[in-house]
Amino acid sequence: MSHDNKILQGKVWKYGNNIDTDVIIPARYLNMSTAEELAQHCMEDIDPAFARAVSQGDIIVGGRNFGCGSSREHAPMAIKGAGVSCVIAESFARIFYRNAINIGLPILVSPEAARDATTGDRLIVDLETGSITNTHLGKTYRTSPFPPFIMQIIEAGGLIPYTQAQVHRRAAKESA
Amino acid sequence: MGHTLAEKIIAKHVVDARPGDAGLSPGDLVQVAVDVVLSNDITAPIALREFEKLGVERVFDPTKVVMVADHFAPNKDIKSAEQCAMMRRFAREQGLPYHYDVGRMGIEHVLLPEQGLVLPGDLVVGADSHTCTYGALGAFATGMGSTDIAVAMATGQIWMRVPETMRFVYTGELQPWVGGKDLILYTIGRIGVSGALYRSMEFTGPVIDGLSMAGRFTMANMAIEAGAKAGLFAVDATTRAYVAGRANREYTMYASDPDADYAEVIEIDVSDVPPQVALPHLPENARPVAEARSVTIDQAVIGSCTNGRMEDLRIAASILRGRHVHRDVRCIVIPGTQQVYLDALREGLIETFIEAGAVVSTPTCGPCLGGYMGILAAGERAVSTTNRNFRGRMGHADSEVYLSGPAVAAASAIVGHIAGPEDVTA
Repeated sequence: MSHDNKILQGKVWKYGNNIDTDVIIPARYLNMSTAEELAQHCMEDIDPAFARAVSQGDIIVGGRNFGCGSSREHAPMAIKGAGVSCVIAESFARIFYRNAINIGLPILVSPEAARDATTGDRLIVDLETGSITNTHLGKTYRTSPFPPFIMQIIEAGGLIPYTQAQVHRRAAKESA
Repeated sequence: MGHTLAEKIIAKHVVDARPGDAGLSPGDLVQVAVDVVLSNDITAPIALREFEKLGVERVFDPTKVVMVADHFAPNKDIKSAEQCAMMRRFAREQGLPYHYDVGRMGIEHVLLPEQGLVLPGDLVVGADSHTCTYGALGAFATGMGSTDIAVAMATGQIWMRVPETMRFVYTGELQPWVGGKDLILYTIGRIGVSGALYRSMEFTGPVIDGLSMAGRFTMANMAIEAGAKAGLFAVDATTRAYVAGRANREYTMYASDPDADYAEVIEIDVSDVPPQVALPHLPENARPVAEARSVTIDQAVIGSCTNGRMEDLRIAASILRGRHVHRDVRCIVIPGTQQVYLDALREGLIETFIEAGAVVSTPTCGPCLGGYMGILAAGERAVSTTNRNFRGRMGHADSEVYLSGPAVAAASAIVGHIAGPEDVTA
């Protein structure tokens, strides 16, 4: 990851508390499993306009417990597939949080930034420093950094490349 | 300082633990070895694609990788059929003995304990959020996404954060018709849908000691609806009796130390807890059934990984026997597994359901997640023994789901609006 793509900029789509994975991607679409297909139905049951109107780089902002419910990885896949660059919330449900990191969807916890933002605001997010700037409000927020182990997964580009490297290392060690 | 049940099971599974380590503390990130890795027909397809990317030829241990076609199976459409076919091909290539297809399959979280595939002390990860159900057996079981499960299938290991534990102590006398479902709905009503976020719930107290395995599975199943990572019960005589005759390997029983460190202890006197209903659109909207009595319903669903066991069907049948489902209600009964179906048939329960005007389906998750076999139209309402009442969960975004135990669901099916069992049996 170069420094440039650690800076994200986009327009806010603001949602409330307890946004569950059933509204992020309804189960009637779980007979599909590619990001492109899923993206067309992203947020459909809570905001039918979203999938058509979202632009590349936009940022979803949620309240408490974002991504609660099902373990479906289809949810962060649909969000990423829709072009969303980052999700910011007051807090995340734990499976959604893992899934987002595993598939390389940046995800940040910031109660203040999440509460202040409204739909249409522009945010600039620096993943390296963890700062979020709301250009509409002229406010900058700090988020706590990821634990080093999680940062390693993120820097590797997700859990699969991270594990690939480990598997190769182990194989090299065994054949040595 | 002592440790909780959850901490002890995780500690026992830590990879490369150094002798003399002082034990784990909540917040520690650890690499653990898993005893069972589970996936189903909607989460496996993504997991298998990720597995392929890893460049690993074989799963780490074919006897520990379990796959169940239950969500959209028997296949509801061509795309679902393709997903099940992909899983079937993989299971054959890898020689997985515990791939459950139509005819052998059941709803995964009813099936795995029934088949003795999960045992006390196990560490289980599953690509299904209700994997936490196995906590009822004194196992540490948690849901993850498909990518995590792909890595666990390949390596037999996964990372996790050791959770804080919340202890729940249930005391008092259970009121008539109150079971595990009412207790867990009431509990989620108390603490909210993120009340146990990232934590482990531990269910204890004299009421729990007297609770059946079915009731415990129901409670553990819904730990995720409070945001929890797991929901555990200590192993006792009830657990051992359930596992006896199912287990074909050794297992270990763990218990929390008396001086274990709990993040929070919540005491609940059940004496004043009547049968519960969770109103749309969150499981935390739990209310006494009397407060929802005016709500007319179009459908009643009795089944699922939450309430699809023999005890649940017996309760529903005891209310439906000799009575009839209201003419404006579709009542759908779904036994959790083939064995539950067969037992219910032999006991005469299926006859009772059909005579009462209910339909009985083959085991499937079907309507619980709005898959098929009972989808709601706009404006329709269902009372359901399932676990989620999110917007659009059972069909149209403008439909509604009211969660309850089997007694309330059966009574409501008869009356045509939400009703307590005493409304029909009195």
